[in-house]
Amino acid sequence: MSKGNRKVPGLNSSSTADISFILLIFFLVTTSMDTDMGLTRRLPEWDPNAQEEELKIKERNVMVVVINTDNEVLCRGELVQVSELKDIAKEFIANPENKDNLPIKEEYEIPGYGMVQTTTRHVISLQTDRSTGYEIYFQVQNELSKAYNELRDEWLYAQFHKHWSDYNPDDDHLVFAKGMYPSKISEAEPRQYGAANIKYATE
Amino acid sequence: MSKFTGDKKREMPELNTSSLPDLIFSVLFFFMMVTSMREVELKVQFQTPAGTEIERLEKKSLVSHIYIGTPVKKLRSQYGPGTRIQLNDKYAEVDAIRDYVAQERESMAERDKPFMKISMKIDKDTQMGIVTDVKQALRKAWALNIVYSSKRAAK
Repeated sequence: MSKGNRKVPGLNSSSTADISFILLIFFLVTTSMDTDMGLTRRLPEWDPNAQEEELKIKERNVMVVVINTDNEVLCRGELVQVSELKDIAKEFIANPENKDNLPIKEEYEIPGYGMVQTTTRHVISLQTDRSTGYEIYFQVQNELSKAYNELRDEWLYAQFHKHWSDYNPDDDHLVFAKGMYPSKISEAEPRQYGAANIKYATE
Repeated sequence: MSKFTGDKKREMPELNTSSLPDLIFSVLFFFMMVTSMREVELKVQFQTPAGTEIERLEKKSLVSHIYIGTPVKKLRSQYGPGTRIQLNDKYAEVDAIRDYVAQERESMAERDKPFMKISMKIDKDTQMGIVTDVKQALRKAWALNIVYSSKRAAK
């Protein structure tokens, strides 16, 4: 045997790739990629003293949307389809023709933009029954959001010739548009319309 | 010249794969960064509704979840088919929401606390009664920013 420079045998690393593949697959399986998405809303503050107090709002400024037990949508007393709701809401929020039965328009200053004529006092009151389905409730919320978003987009285009989606998310113009049409969906206090009480199991 | 005569059988040079593990490791690390481990074991099953006007929730650290739906198949024989609320990894009553919110808020950084969001993952077929109860409880717990979690509707 020759006593020369013996080579250290190289470590066979061809399986390292397989090992890391297995790790990769493990992480792919156990993690969830789904980013949460949804409709954001802000609940009114809880005031225990003012529970029974009805806010005095003029009738023209309120759009009551009721979803009843049979999942039918009533908007200002009339039965409507969910798909019609967006246009009704848009007309209500913007009141483009200054109608008497739609919200009053007032001078309002958007900070940084200036004075505008807008319906500052409008309220959309969404009322449900205890046994109304969540699906229809969500769809109505979605349509109302769509009404606001379209109005804001139209306003932005009229003012700055640019669409909502073309802006950076932190652009001032978007704040102006939100100031022009602030979202005023009132999540009404629960009411019992004499429908069947919900029972949910207790442990 | 042997260059042209080809008297020796030439071999294809072997592809050097020594950097393959590194490559895959970097993919692995990428996935580890962008994903989050499933935090809770779901005990209710739900199908969230689909909407068009939904927004992406940017910061995961600000979001706490409330799940409302029916018990999963495995637990149905034990708990029945009624709608349930799940907080953390167990069923809870509406009264427990206050504590849950307080506890979630406690675990947040001080500067994040005002921006806390509650994401409600609610099954389509849930009745609004429970949802309203939960909303009232959230109001009392002063967790006012809520999200009706949903999928994006196909256009």
